[in-house]
Amino acid sequence: MSLLSSFLEIFLDTFWDVLPIALIIVFFQLAVIRRKLPDAHRVIIGFFYVLLGMTLFLIGLEKALFPVGRLMAEQLTNPELIRKGQAMFGAVSEDGVFDWRAYYWVYIFAFTIGASTTIAEPALIAVAGKANQISGGTISGWGLRIAVAFGVAVGITLGCYRIVTGAPVHYFIIVGYMLVVLQTFRAPKSIIPLAYDSGGVTTSTVTVPLVAALGLGLAESVPGRDPMIDGFGLIAFASLFPIASVLAYAQITEYLAHRKEKKSLE
Amino acid sequence: MKDALHNFFLSMLSCGRDLLPIILVIGFFQIVVIQQPIENFMEMIVGTFFVVLGLTFFLIGLEMGLFPVGESMANALARKGSVFWLIAFSFALGFGTTVAEPTLIAIADEAAHVAAEGGMIDNTEVRKNSYSNGLRYTVAFSVGLAIVIGVLRILRGWPIHLMIAGGYVVVVIMTGFAPKEIIGIAYDSGGVTTSTVTVPLVTALGIGLASAIRGRNPMLDGFGLIAFASLTPIIFVMAYGIAVT
Repeated sequence: MSLLSSFLEIFLDTFWDVLPIALIIVFFQLAVIRRKLPDAHRVIIGFFYVLLGMTLFLIGLEKALFPVGRLMAEQLTNPELIRKGQAMFGAVSEDGVFDWRAYYWVYIFAFTIGASTTIAEPALIAVAGKANQISGGTISGWGLRIAVAFGVAVGITLGCYRIVTGAPVHYFIIVGYMLVVLQTFRAPKSIIPLAYDSGGVTTSTVTVPLVAALGLGLAESVPGRDPMIDGFGLIAFASLFPIASVLAYAQITEYLAHRKEKKSLE
Repeated sequence: MKDALHNFFLSMLSCGRDLLPIILVIGFFQIVVIQQPIENFMEMIVGTFFVVLGLTFFLIGLEMGLFPVGESMANALARKGSVFWLIAFSFALGFGTTVAEPTLIAIADEAAHVAAEGGMIDNTEVRKNSYSNGLRYTVAFSVGLAIVIGVLRILRGWPIHLMIAGGYVVVVIMTGFAPKEIIGIAYDSGGVTTSTVTVPLVTALGIGLASAIRGRNPMLDGFGLIAFASLTPIIFVMAYGIAVT
């Protein structure tokens, strides 16, 4: 019963969320382009599916993705597991405060979840195909996918390290931006818009809530962290580092191609 | 009918496949590393099923309704040649798609929850709702603005890297003034905005535009709109944070 009433409530909320885009389309179609909607019947059914899908997704998010992310954070920071990690590195713990290395399972989890969700991401596969076309084959689709997945994995891992140590988020982001800006001036021009886009594209609908919950869960369970200040930022890391890794990948392939050319000239 | 059902199952299978790496990684860690019983296990399974079913309907619906209409409109407006309507449409598209972005809805609610727990805002339903809606509309407004800037860039042929670098400088300056409770959320909102709904429509607009204007390379100029859409929300959410506190 409560499921049904929460379903109806979320469905209604979603309706108001989707309404603006529907109104925008109707307005522009009728007032500016002045054509009737082609296949209006189909479009209306499509909108209904979008509503239904969003409602189910949001319920599933509350029931599965958020709790799982939090649970993983809680269990991976379980004192027993951390103490084992502590023993492994032989560091001394001062009353309840652990060495950052003791959280090594958190980093391994962060890296694997970042890499595995990204490498199979459909949006990324599409972008990689296009990149292959633009570059005339010098940038391989697989190479780009690996570069992005590596960037996301490193980003999330570094983000978790930041939450564990409690370092301010903007230090990392600002240094990351500077790196990207410097790379931008040296990287092959054609890759730049694509590299910037790949940062945003890779964080998918399923990964974002899971990773966000992981960050909040970590900030709640690591002693001395405040979820409000330390809990957010993982997604930012996951969108910034792929830009750097894609630019680096393009720079490396260009450099290698240059060297090959030089060699064949000699 | 049989065809539609077949399509439905195919889409559901591909959504399931997107979730598979997550399930495998979490399963591995649960069995090998953590080895603890899980509370509410059944509820999580049901929830996962809801996620798959929801994404399936969502994607089928987008492909039936929003994408073809949005793409044909983006193309029609790009070719129409009226800069005013093009700009108006760009803003509306960015704003409308971002308001309807499911991940943004979820993250904004979570942010409101955390802010209420942490005492940044009053812990009442009304206050939380207004905070999370404020966040969402701020992000939506800034994505709208970002698409307008990106479209102007394509029209005028401004260099993208200078604009992005300039945007980063603004982000860095704003960070110095923003309350530290908002900084993490602000940085995150850049990545959150650009997922399922926004990316395909915005990319269609960019590529349509770049191929309609002579002397523009659709591959080179068509991309890059998303980059602006990940940058402006950071700036405006920090401004929102300054305004709220």
